[in-house]
Amino acid sequence: MENITLQNISLAIGILVILIGLWGLLTQKNLIKIVIGFALFDTGIHIVMVSIGYIKNRTAPIIDSAVDMNNASNLVVDPIPQALVLTAIVIGLGITALMLSYVLKMYQKKKSLDITNYKDLKW
Amino acid sequence: MVKNSFIFLVLIGLAAILLNLFAGFNGSTELGTIAAHYASKGIEEVGSANLVTSVVVSYRGLDTLGEVTILFLSAAIIGFFLKVDNTDNKNRQLKYTSEILNTASQVLVPIMLLFGAYVFINGHLSPGGGFQGGAIIASGLVLMFIAQPKKEMGHKMINIVESVSGVSFVLLGVAGILFASGFLDNKILSLGKFGTLFSAGIIPIIYILVGLKVGSELTGIALSLKENQNEA
Repeated sequence: MENITLQNISLAIGILVILIGLWGLLTQKNLIKIVIGFALFDTGIHIVMVSIGYIKNRTAPIIDSAVDMNNASNLVVDPIPQALVLTAIVIGLGITALMLSYVLKMYQKKKSLDITNYKDLKW
Repeated sequence: MVKNSFIFLVLIGLAAILLNLFAGFNGSTELGTIAAHYASKGIEEVGSANLVTSVVVSYRGLDTLGEVTILFLSAAIIGFFLKVDNTDNKNRQLKYTSEILNTASQVLVPIMLLFGAYVFINGHLSPGGGFQGGAIIASGLVLMFIAQPKKEMGHKMINIVESVSGVSFVLLGVAGILFASGFLDNKILSLGKFGTLFSAGIIPIIYILVGLKVGSELTGIALSLKENQNEA
């Protein structure tokens, strides 16, 4: 039981969300559901990255009354994965919006959200 | 059926790789060398209390500029792709917005805009920053769109805010080459007293610009999607 730590739980949840997202991407026929699968995949990767940067018994990388300025590198968790995820969330949001606008345009053209009706680029 | 088993195999393969990662993972007990440098030297070099902010805006400022560019690109493609010539809403079937939504939006929208501004102005002191503050501002404006679907809002104002803040961001970076040691160096202004609002060089200014840019871009995306509703 000593293996179950906060970090392991969040890593497992992240991996599970990645797998659910990939399953949705590969099996769903509805275009909106494919976009949701992509968003889940994205979120899972964010959870995994943040939990890898976590260090036990340490606090958020913000210097305040809880973190001594001169001993900061022994008191805070890794700020780099957090900065990366901050970047990745915004880009993921932009890409999801872009995919949804493609879906909207495709629906306007063919009045169908089923991906099996789109065979134009299938070889 | 063959296709389904192929999908199953791909999932099993990825699960095996990720489980391997999970099993071999013990968690680190120390910061890596770069992270330790950021944590111990970040205060004297950048002067920001929020170390994530000092990484995002100063140490990795160029990456943030690239990220803002990607967001701009996706907003521009959506604006180009969902452009409607005829934006009049006369023949559009609108659902009745409830009294609760209307009243709540009148109370909440100004507070959300204010809170968004607070989050990006204090990005170097507390959890928060330009991206988060911009997203809060955009969600406030989306609430306004939902509550008052008939209200017209042009893209002009959004485009002006977005362009001005984007260009100012790049110009501040270039000013770093001219007046300090490199592109996006934050020592153009003095670092000030640590922990106060006017400190950490140009980080607050950059985060205000990023907040305005992200807020206007996300609002523009939502507006483009809203204008396309009558077409679908």
